[in-house]
Amino acid sequence: MPATTQDLLTCLYRMAEVIEANREFLTQLDAAIGDADHGINMDRGFKAALKKLPPVEDKDAGTILKTVGVTLVSTVGGAGGPLYGTAFMQAGTVLGGKYELEPQDVLAALEAALQGVVMRGKANLGDKTMVDALTPAVNALREALRNGASLADALEQAAAAAEQGMKDTIPMLAKKGRASYLGERSIGHQDPGATSTYLLLRAIADVAREKQGRA
Amino acid sequence: MKKLINRPEDVVKEELEGIALAYPDLVKVHFNPNFIYRADAPIKGKVAVISGGGSGHEPMHGGFVGMGMLDAACPGEVFTSPTPDQMLEAAKTVYGGAGVLFIVKNYTGDVMNFEMAADMARMEGLRVLNILIDDDVAVKDSLYTAGRRGVGTTVLAEKICGAAAERGYDLKRVADICRRVNLNGRSMGMALTPCTVPMAGKPTFELGEDEMEVGIGIHGEPGRERMKIKTADEITEMLALSIIEDPEYRRTVREFDEEKGEWVDVELVSEPFRPGDRVLAFVNSMGGTPDIELPIIYRKLHEICEKKGLKIVRRLIGRYITSLEMQGCSITLLRMDDELIDLWDAPVKTPGLRWGV
Repeated sequence: MPATTQDLLTCLYRMAEVIEANREFLTQLDAAIGDADHGINMDRGFKAALKKLPPVEDKDAGTILKTVGVTLVSTVGGAGGPLYGTAFMQAGTVLGGKYELEPQDVLAALEAALQGVVMRGKANLGDKTMVDALTPAVNALREALRNGASLADALEQAAAAAEQGMKDTIPMLAKKGRASYLGERSIGHQDPGATSTYLLLRAIADVAREKQGRA
Repeated sequence: MKKLINRPEDVVKEELEGIALAYPDLVKVHFNPNFIYRADAPIKGKVAVISGGGSGHEPMHGGFVGMGMLDAACPGEVFTSPTPDQMLEAAKTVYGGAGVLFIVKNYTGDVMNFEMAADMARMEGLRVLNILIDDDVAVKDSLYTAGRRGVGTTVLAEKICGAAAERGYDLKRVADICRRVNLNGRSMGMALTPCTVPMAGKPTFELGEDEMEVGIGIHGEPGRERMKIKTADEITEMLALSIIEDPEYRRTVREFDEEKGEWVDVELVSEPFRPGDRVLAFVNSMGGTPDIELPIIYRKLHEICEKKGLKIVRRLIGRYITSLEMQGCSITLLRMDDELIDLWDAPVKTPGLRWGV
């Protein structure tokens, strides 16, 4: 049974809940190596995005995701706004006109999101950014689907890979963003952007698993 | 936290409301999205010069909106970059038909938000070029960091580009002037105290009573080195020599190529200062350092420049690019030529900088 736009909306509401619950945690991570506003900014952005959803709830997945992306760009600020905004907008471009999402559609959307983030932020794997969580997640999702996993199982593996990628940022030396100015002092801290990326992917996997459980 | 504010979340909004009421002859303020713009905009046939960044650096940028300087400034939350919808709306509001120059400080968030804004404005048929300011010598390399930060030279670039636009230079020439100012300007700053972002409620870092932080940026971020506090002369020497003896600096930046219609990587080189150079010397308070201390810094800077064979031909001394209430200072030296001197001297009439009118 393919995912629906209702499932997508459930994911977006769950993402906003998870970001709100982790607002202080993300801000604390950012205080160590950035400017102590990542949780505050993301929470402001997702709250604003939720307010924009009701008029587009019966629209296609592309319209819903683009609405979220545009809202994040104009409300998050910092580097997170353009990066997450671009990710959602790119994913939305891939899913334009679609009301039902096959597993390959979900993969294509996340691949597009990753490409958007890399294009906008010019970060490479290992630079201690959200790319370090998103890249392994997309790879795990692709691999799991190729091996015949269900969408829920594949998303679970993607979330697990993102979690590992997030933890792997701890010993990294930051090469992008404000943390890069700390040089060696950035080592030993978990990247806040990789952390919020993991939390969002965790939310998607949880929603998918709950749907599978009901089916 | 002790601040003259009402609610932390209202600081930027109420600041803008106050500016609108205080300088009605010079500027207007647009809310949602937020930007400050020239009261007489748009000016037909003139290139519009727009900048912006996080709030907390006042008078930069909003205090520099007016004749001979910026057409509009887009303030973000405190120390958080503004969002593309602000720059897009500002650009459309002040567009005089001759294009827009975005002057962007090199911070990851600012760069991305201004790039997105430029892409969106071009989709609506506006001509836009972005030029980065990356003049902070405290950042040594560009390979393993996001590159040098944009600090003191930004103020000088806004003044000089504003004069060039006022004089009728076309978009490409104003952009070339901006790049030239950036390549010839170098800065370094230091802090005696940290600062407190209103929403955070506590200082951005801790400094002991007898400590100082050298090589800070302008967001209350920790600097290059923490050390025991020294005398004004010793501090001035440390900052000035870091600037004057800074070697050639190469980096790759992204600029928009109008002929190709796409963003391209451009390699830029800043040449080191050499004896005989004419310079503008800019001594800046980080916000909390009082005016009485700035001439003490300038006094020593003047002596060092003379010793190094640099001829100071223009000066700017005061509080122009700040980190809230932080005590500390920054020094900027900008290599001048006849055209830059002429543009620097041109009339300017803004809340934060005013002469010749």
